[in-house]
Amino acid sequence: MAIITFSIDGEHYSAREDQTILEIAREHKIPIPTLCHLDGLSTVGACRLCLVEIEGSAKLQPACTAKPVEGMVIRTNTDRLKKYRRTIVELLASEGNHQCAVCVVNGHCELQNLAYEVGLDHVRVPYLFPSKRLDATHKDFVIDRNRCVLCTRCVRVCHEVEGAHVWDIGGRGINCEIIGDMNQPWGESESCTSCGKCVRVCPTGALFEKGATVGEMHKERGFLKYIVTARNKQQWIATAHEEE
Amino acid sequence: MTLEDLRELAGHEQDRQTKFRFRILYCSSAGCVSSGCDDVKKTLRAALDAGGFAETCELIGTGCLGLCGEGPLVLVQPGPVMYRHVTPAIAQRIVDEHIAQGKPVEEHRVNLADPFFAAQTRIVLERMGTINAESIDECIAAGGYEALGKVLTEMAPEEVVAEIRKSGLRGRGGAGYSTGLKWDIVRKGKADQKYVVCNADEGDPGAFMDRSVLEGDPHRVLEGMAIAGYAVGANQGFIYVRAEYPLAIDRLRTAIRQAEKLGLLGNRILESQFNFRIDLRIGAGAFVCGEETALLRSVMGRRGRPRPRPPYPSESGLWGKPTLINNVETFANIAPIIAKGSAWFSGIGTPKSTGTKVFALAGNVRNTGLIEVPMGIPLRRIIFDIAGGTPEGTEFKAAQTGGPSGGCIPKEHLDLPVDYESLATVGSIMGSGGMIVMDSTASMVDVAKYFMEFCMDESCGKCIPCRVGTKHIYLLLDKISRGEGSAEDFGLLKELCTMVRETSLCGLGQSAPNPVLSTIRFFQEEYTRLLKPPTEFADGGTGGAHASVSAEGKE
Repeated sequence: MAIITFSIDGEHYSAREDQTILEIAREHKIPIPTLCHLDGLSTVGACRLCLVEIEGSAKLQPACTAKPVEGMVIRTNTDRLKKYRRTIVELLASEGNHQCAVCVVNGHCELQNLAYEVGLDHVRVPYLFPSKRLDATHKDFVIDRNRCVLCTRCVRVCHEVEGAHVWDIGGRGINCEIIGDMNQPWGESESCTSCGKCVRVCPTGALFEKGATVGEMHKERGFLKYIVTARNKQQWIATAHEEE
Repeated sequence: MTLEDLRELAGHEQDRQTKFRFRILYCSSAGCVSSGCDDVKKTLRAALDAGGFAETCELIGTGCLGLCGEGPLVLVQPGPVMYRHVTPAIAQRIVDEHIAQGKPVEEHRVNLADPFFAAQTRIVLERMGTINAESIDECIAAGGYEALGKVLTEMAPEEVVAEIRKSGLRGRGGAGYSTGLKWDIVRKGKADQKYVVCNADEGDPGAFMDRSVLEGDPHRVLEGMAIAGYAVGANQGFIYVRAEYPLAIDRLRTAIRQAEKLGLLGNRILESQFNFRIDLRIGAGAFVCGEETALLRSVMGRRGRPRPRPPYPSESGLWGKPTLINNVETFANIAPIIAKGSAWFSGIGTPKSTGTKVFALAGNVRNTGLIEVPMGIPLRRIIFDIAGGTPEGTEFKAAQTGGPSGGCIPKEHLDLPVDYESLATVGSIMGSGGMIVMDSTASMVDVAKYFMEFCMDESCGKCIPCRVGTKHIYLLLDKISRGEGSAEDFGLLKELCTMVRETSLCGLGQSAPNPVLSTIRFFQEEYTRLLKPPTEFADGGTGGAHASVSAEGKE
């Protein structure tokens, strides 16, 4: 595998040519915000938070899918990118009903953390106040679509890791929502194995365990690395939970 | 069948046609079907039979005759004489007067010397309206599959690619990427299987170029795809056509069956070593499936959502294999380029935009319909000569090209040559060929709002800027159009447009703000006129924190 050299934010780095900009940035502790991305799942480049500037290219590229080439000059934190990231989180905040004060993941929510990170102190666009379906028919879990950011982590973990493919996307545009099986109540799903992986990878309080009250729900995502390492390297290594 | 057999068949068909004293062609494309051509056909058939002309006159359903706004249209050869607004009563008179007595029905006659017809240059639409749309024999008699025969007997695949490159042909789907270059990338790809895909998911409001080509001359597209298959080394083609085009689907099915029967598709085409199959895939109505990565997913039976590029389909397309994907009109240009040579083709149009472009003319003009013009033609000539200008008492305001991804061109740019680069300089795009003309009565804010509503409805919902951004842009436009928007809203509108354009995942989102940005660029006063005056506060300012935010947000 060839090694290439390039610069990120003025510093020079080298990496294998099959590594994505995001992987390299994480390796070197360069902060790039992400939402749809989760180590262990396929990349979809959907949330657009990890967009970076590449010198000589008019188009912004998502760091999670773009790979550097020799001599590339990458910028991850310009004013333009910061402004766009803030607007993206602002759009998300307006899209759902994100009332942190009454949410099970308050204090452990990726959307909330992103809002702090990008400095979202107020929202300029009108809140859309959707009235999407809440489904509590499953014996252990609940899905509240009003808190969903449509990152599709649950869709991917269920398909790629659990192999059940309970979840998918229904509708389009602003009317998109996560649906189970043939758009059936979760409790009636015949394909769901009740493994709970979707709940654990969900970045917000859209998927949560029954019985959790405000601020009690901690999402543990370490299991994913454990399974993926086991599959790819045949090593059953118990890792400390990376994220809480 | 060999190439000699093909030519013999062409000869037989030409002989057959000369036996008729008259050939009556009625337009059987969707536009004329909706204005009642079926009744006209029945009357013509009955009148011809009753008058004893069944042996000497042939009645044929043909492709689009162009002047769609004046349908149903009927063309009588020799002459030719074209009739507009043909009702069953007029059809009866055509037979009684023109066929029986040789006296054309003057009051319904179309002047074929009008610039609408005379100023066109027809390559893609060459056979349109001259042949039976459902007869492969008539198509072959008019030169169909001759170019496929030529490449299979005389040319190596790399020579075909080189010829297309030399012609300067660029993708007619809108983006204008070099067709030859794309073919070359797929040809050089190393894989055990490659595919050719035809994008017939035409979805821009008001655009019907591809539909007309598929309905009127489907074999031209099949031939172009087969040549592409030979050039890039693919043995399987797919045509992705939207379900809203039932007639085009019917005609394609018929055409594929006919071509397979004659050995022009399938195994050992024209008794060569080349195999090429074409299958249809029917779209389910999502506009985003016209985006190539979403289209390919849909062909594979998955949900039509775009993915980031690279990798481009030419490297990794259907089932991860190199896939050539071109638009209907691009494929329709291939056979003429091979038959007449790249030098002939590149002599038409401008040096960077060669050949012709088909446009669907709509809006406030006298002549609406389907036209084909050389690239680089001044916009003024299309609108005032070919389309006949705006109706009496109104004034031209703007022409909109490129549909929901395009922009509008105001009257100060009427002399702009219509080619890829020139249109881009005024913030519009060539697009797939929709052209909507607006006169002084049109509100540009409403135009922008209409297209934004379309994009909002058609967003797939995968990326946040397009899914939520288009919604808020639409809401802001709605607010402004109702006279309730403030200067702050207008600033936010501009900021969101720029953000959605730069951060969206696919072409749909990246181009969705174009109609808004373009109308702001040329008709800003139509927006500002609608804005509420700022509220005066006691301290002389116009409001607290929000005002400062919008000020920093202004581009």
